[in-house]
Amino acid sequence: MTKYLVLLAGREGEWEAATDEQRAGWHRDHLDFGRVVGDDILGGEALAGTDTATTVRRRSGKTELTDGPYAETAEQIGGFYLVQAPDLDQVLAWCELLPEIYTLEVRPCIEVDLSA
Amino acid sequence: MTTLEQVWRDEWGRLLALLVRRTRRLDLAEDALAEAFETAARRWPQDGIPDNPAAWLLTAARRRVLDRLRAEAVAARKQPLLAMEEDSRMRHRTTPDDDLLRLVLLAAHPSLSPESGAALTLRLVLGVQTADIARLFLVGEATMAARLTRARKKVVAAGVPLAIPGDDVLADRLDTVAKVAYLAFTAGYAPGSGPDVVRAELAGEAIRLVGLLRSNNPAAQANPSLIALEALMLLQHSRRDARVDGSGRIVLLPDQDRTRWHRAEIDEGMALLQSLTGGGAARLSSALAADYLLQALIAAEHARAARAQDTDWVVISDFYRQLDDLTGSPVVRLNRAVAVAEAGDVPAAFALLDGLEDSLGRTHRLPAVRAELLRRAGRDEEALASYRLAVGMCGSDAERAALQRRIDDLG
Repeated sequence: MTKYLVLLAGREGEWEAATDEQRAGWHRDHLDFGRVVGDDILGGEALAGTDTATTVRRRSGKTELTDGPYAETAEQIGGFYLVQAPDLDQVLAWCELLPEIYTLEVRPCIEVDLSA
Repeated sequence: MTTLEQVWRDEWGRLLALLVRRTRRLDLAEDALAEAFETAARRWPQDGIPDNPAAWLLTAARRRVLDRLRAEAVAARKQPLLAMEEDSRMRHRTTPDDDLLRLVLLAAHPSLSPESGAALTLRLVLGVQTADIARLFLVGEATMAARLTRARKKVVAAGVPLAIPGDDVLADRLDTVAKVAYLAFTAGYAPGSGPDVVRAELAGEAIRLVGLLRSNNPAAQANPSLIALEALMLLQHSRRDARVDGSGRIVLLPDQDRTRWHRAEIDEGMALLQSLTGGGAARLSSALAADYLLQALIAAEHARAARAQDTDWVVISDFYRQLDDLTGSPVVRLNRAVAVAEAGDVPAAFALLDGLEDSLGRTHRLPAVRAELLRRAGRDEEALASYRLAVGMCGSDAERAALQRRIDDLG
C-alpha cells in the first residue's frame, strides 16, 4: 500500500457563495467518499481561507513572516485527504466521488525508513 | 533484417510485459531483456538460431533477473515495486495476451505527459533504442534518456498500476493510447523543422504499435478509436513514397504520382473504415473516435480519386465542416478553407480564415493558405507578399522550398 495525499484546490469563496442546496450536495459527495474509502482514509482536514495563512520563509538563518499563502494562484488549497491505496488508479477512481468544484492534485508520499 | 532484429521487433514488448509482470521491477526487467538480446547477438551466429527464439530469450532474461535479485538480497537494497493488482482484487480475467495491453496502458497512462508517454511506449513496448527515439523526436540523446528516466520514475513512484482497468475506464485509457500513438505518428509524418520531409520509420512504428495491440487483445481490437486511428494512419502513410521527389523535395497532394501510393495499405485502411461505418451510422465510443474517423474518411476520399482532378472536394469539405464543428480546432478550420476553395467557393474560403490570426499567427500555414486563395482570386501582388511572409516563418526546409517554387511561378 502507498500513502497518497489528495489536495483539494478550488476558487476561494466558491463554497461560501454557494446555495444551501449546492453545499448539501457537496457534503453528500464528501460523505460518499468517506463511506467508500473507509479505513483507507488516514487523515484529512478542511482548511480556513488563505486570508488566515501566514507564510514562513527561512533563508540563511533569518526567518521572514508574511501574510497570505505562499503562491498566488487562481485556485487555492482548501483541504486535503491522506489515503492509502494499492495503486494510483484506485485513488483516481475514489477521486470521482469528490465534488466537481475541486481541482485535485494526487501525490504519493515517500516512505522514509529510518531504521536502515 | 536479421533473425535477431526481427525477433526484437516482434517479441520485445511481449517479453518485457511478461518479465515486468513477474518481477514487478521495470528497471530490472528492461536491463535483463536487453542483456539477453546482447547475449543472443554473440551466441546465435556460433550456436545457430534456437528453435524457439522467444523462449530462449525469456529464459536468458529470467536468469539475469534471478542473478540480480540474489545480488540485491545480499546488499539488502530496497527497491520500489510496481503497483500490481492482487488476485483478490482482480477486476478482469487474465490471459497471456493481456500482458502486452498492461504494458501499453502503463506506458501511456494519462498521468504522464503525452510526449513522455509516446517516448516510453516506443521504448518499452516496441523496444526502440533511446538514440533512435531521440532522433525521431528531434532532441539530443541525453535529453531523451533523461525524459525516459523521469517517466519510468514517475510510473514507479506514483504507483501507476500494471493492470487492466474495468470496462468503463478502459475505453478512456485506450483513447489515451490512441493519442500517444498518433502523436508518435505525426512526429514522423510532419516534422516541424529540419531537413527530413518524412521520418517514415517513426510513422511505421506507430502503426505497428496499434496493429500489435489490436491483434493481441479483444478489447483493443474492438475499440473504435484504435480502429479509426489505424485506418487514418494507414491511409496517410500509404502516400509516403510519393511525398518526396528524387531530389528530396516535397511533392504536394495534387502533384503526387498516385501509382506510387501503397495500394495494399489503402485497401487495409478502407476495410477498417468499412468495419466501422458498414450498415449506416458508425459505432463510436468517444469524440476522439469521431475525430479520427472523419480524418480517415477525408484521407479515404483522396485515395479513391484516381487523378487529383477526380477528387470530390464537395464531400471532403463536408467532412471538414463536421470536423470543425466537433473539434473547433483552428488547424481544422484552415484545412476546411482549403477544401472549400478547392470545391470552388473561394469567397467562403476567405470568410473561414477570419479570426485565425490569434491562434495561428505564429505558423507559416496561415499566410501560405491565404496566399493560395489570393492567387486563385487573381490578386497576384497580394499573393506574392503573403507567400514571402510564409517563407519567412517556415521551419521545415522542404516546405520552404515548395513555397519558394510558388513565388518563382508567380514572379
